[in-house]
Amino acid sequence: MITLYVPCDSAALAAGADEVVDALHQHAEKHGVAIDIQRNSSRGLFWLEPLVEVLTPQGRMAYGPVSADDVASLFEAGFLNGGEHTLSLGVTDQIPYLAKQQRLTFARMGITRPLSLDDYAAHGGWAGLKNAVAMAPADVVQQVLDSGLRGRGGAAFPAGIKWRTVLGTTAAQKYVVCNADEGDSGTFSDRMTMEGDPYMLIEGMAIAGLAVGATMGYVYIRSEYPHAIATMNTAIALAESAGFLGSNVLGTGKAFRLEVRKAAGAYVCGEETAMLESIEGKRGIVRAKPPLPALQGLFGQPTVINNVITLASVPIIMAKGAAFYKNFGMGRSTGTLPFQITGNVLQGGLVERAFGLTLRELLFDFGGGSRSGRPIKAVQVGGPLGAYVPESQWDVPLDYEAYAAMGAVVGHGGIVVHDDTANMASLARYAMEFCALESCGKCTPCRIGSTRGMETIDRIGTAANKEQQVHLLRDLCDTMLHGSLCAMGGMTPYPVLSALNHYPADFGLEAKAVSVA
Amino acid sequence: MNKPLVAPELSLVSQLLPQFQEQPGGLLPLLHAVQDALGFIPANAVPLIAEGMNLSRAEVHGVITYYHFFRSTPPGQHVVQVCRAEACRACGSEALWAQAQRLLGCGAHETSADSQFSLEPVYCLGLCASSPAMQIDDKMHVRMTEAKFSAVVAKFGSTT
Repeated sequence: MITLYVPCDSAALAAGADEVVDALHQHAEKHGVAIDIQRNSSRGLFWLEPLVEVLTPQGRMAYGPVSADDVASLFEAGFLNGGEHTLSLGVTDQIPYLAKQQRLTFARMGITRPLSLDDYAAHGGWAGLKNAVAMAPADVVQQVLDSGLRGRGGAAFPAGIKWRTVLGTTAAQKYVVCNADEGDSGTFSDRMTMEGDPYMLIEGMAIAGLAVGATMGYVYIRSEYPHAIATMNTAIALAESAGFLGSNVLGTGKAFRLEVRKAAGAYVCGEETAMLESIEGKRGIVRAKPPLPALQGLFGQPTVINNVITLASVPIIMAKGAAFYKNFGMGRSTGTLPFQITGNVLQGGLVERAFGLTLRELLFDFGGGSRSGRPIKAVQVGGPLGAYVPESQWDVPLDYEAYAAMGAVVGHGGIVVHDDTANMASLARYAMEFCALESCGKCTPCRIGSTRGMETIDRIGTAANKEQQVHLLRDLCDTMLHGSLCAMGGMTPYPVLSALNHYPADFGLEAKAVSVA
Repeated sequence: MNKPLVAPELSLVSQLLPQFQEQPGGLLPLLHAVQDALGFIPANAVPLIAEGMNLSRAEVHGVITYYHFFRSTPPGQHVVQVCRAEACRACGSEALWAQAQRLLGCGAHETSADSQFSLEPVYCLGLCASSPAMQIDDKMHVRMTEAKFSAVVAKFGSTT
């Protein structure tokens, strides 16, 4: 029996992984060979999906990207014994893109089968939870504080401080809510985690629950992620029957239950208070803060809210200790971030590395340059609300503070590459258009500012008094930045102003006309 | 233009209600269940849902219309979603979007004349490393080109 691996990640399925599996079975039967195809998670080397791996004495040998039409020739080349083929990639672990990474959170990705409790346990799973149940809740919180772990959803707020606040409250009911409303274009690490290593998220949430005294947790997953929803639902049921969730977590006598809530396509529900409203069954309208959700969150109760990757980073911190995790990274940006290289790039995928590497390394050493072969013009870092970063800034280390200092954000680590055919004025207009489409409508700067911003950008293109229009746009952005209730309106100026400042020619302006006010 | 709700549909909503009445924040899960079963949330079901969930009709209407995912009219046989977010734009999604409108003969949130296809813009399917991405019903497709789009749509039947 020969063991093969074909991922079941959405990106592999969308590239035809199921069709490849069918073809593999057909040809194996024709050749009279017994094969066992395991559906693993994805390594995150998406330009190589569907990536087919064969277990050989040398290790797993990779072939990709494989289409159903390639299967016949793979058999002819003897790929079941690691035979050479034009799609050969050698031993998977030695593919430079993977070998150069520091996979802590994504250590199991592409190796295990997502729903296999045995695979999870055999690859270090539950070690963090087991350590946590033997500790006092305050000590668990201290570990998370000491690790320096900051919110991976974009805001980079220290996770331990939120946890400590909730631990310090007295309430009949506390909650842990996982924000899995990963709506930013250029990001997919939450999706990969939920589809590929769901128990890691479950373990992180269970640790959070035990640490702060919450007995109920919700995972709020976007409706655009049907596979993630299905996998999480099954994983929660399996984890509960195995005693990792439920009324008696690992025999501690403490309860922690989890429930998936399906979102309904509103981008702004990725904002934490809008998400709480949505889980409560209402329109996802942003709440004013204070009160902080840590004190009055879901259903008015103390609530820990963290992003998927934040919670998924907790098991390794609890397994290996805060000091281990803190050794990665630079300055106040400790640990690793799963960067996501996307858009017009040759080798798009997931790169987990400690903070401190540069955009240039990601774009060229990993990404291999643009997919179109044309020069890279602009790179949007940190999602639709992140700044466009021009080439002059590609050597700045990816670190929360260094990026903030240049008016950009690291955010969720999503990186969208545009080549020189991109028109930055049109992308700036799109940022305003998207804000107008997705604004919850509660605050004026966002609700009305976004539409006025679109109109003003249009006028910069057509009006005679361009400089006045630019002044108006800057003034409007200033109002949105400082007057919006949440990051939706408050950060839409980042892509707009960075486009204007770094690419004035695309707005029909001379460089001198747009000197930063 | 909602068709009057026929009895089986109304009774389905009534059957679904008890599962969600006691669930904290049960309105969204209920609306998902209704849409999963019927393909949309008929306007005539709103009073029934409101009464069952102890909410006003305005609250239920507000929630249905707030979220892009919920539809108040039946979709075509197949729902085509084309991603128009940044990572897909960087790889030609706007041309794909224009082609989709041309080929299906309908615009955003519209249904083709033969009711075969409904066209929806979508803002990220999480397939950004293999852009441009799209989805037809439950099946996602990546690295789309105009030729691939025509081929994928043709599998589902005639276009206008």
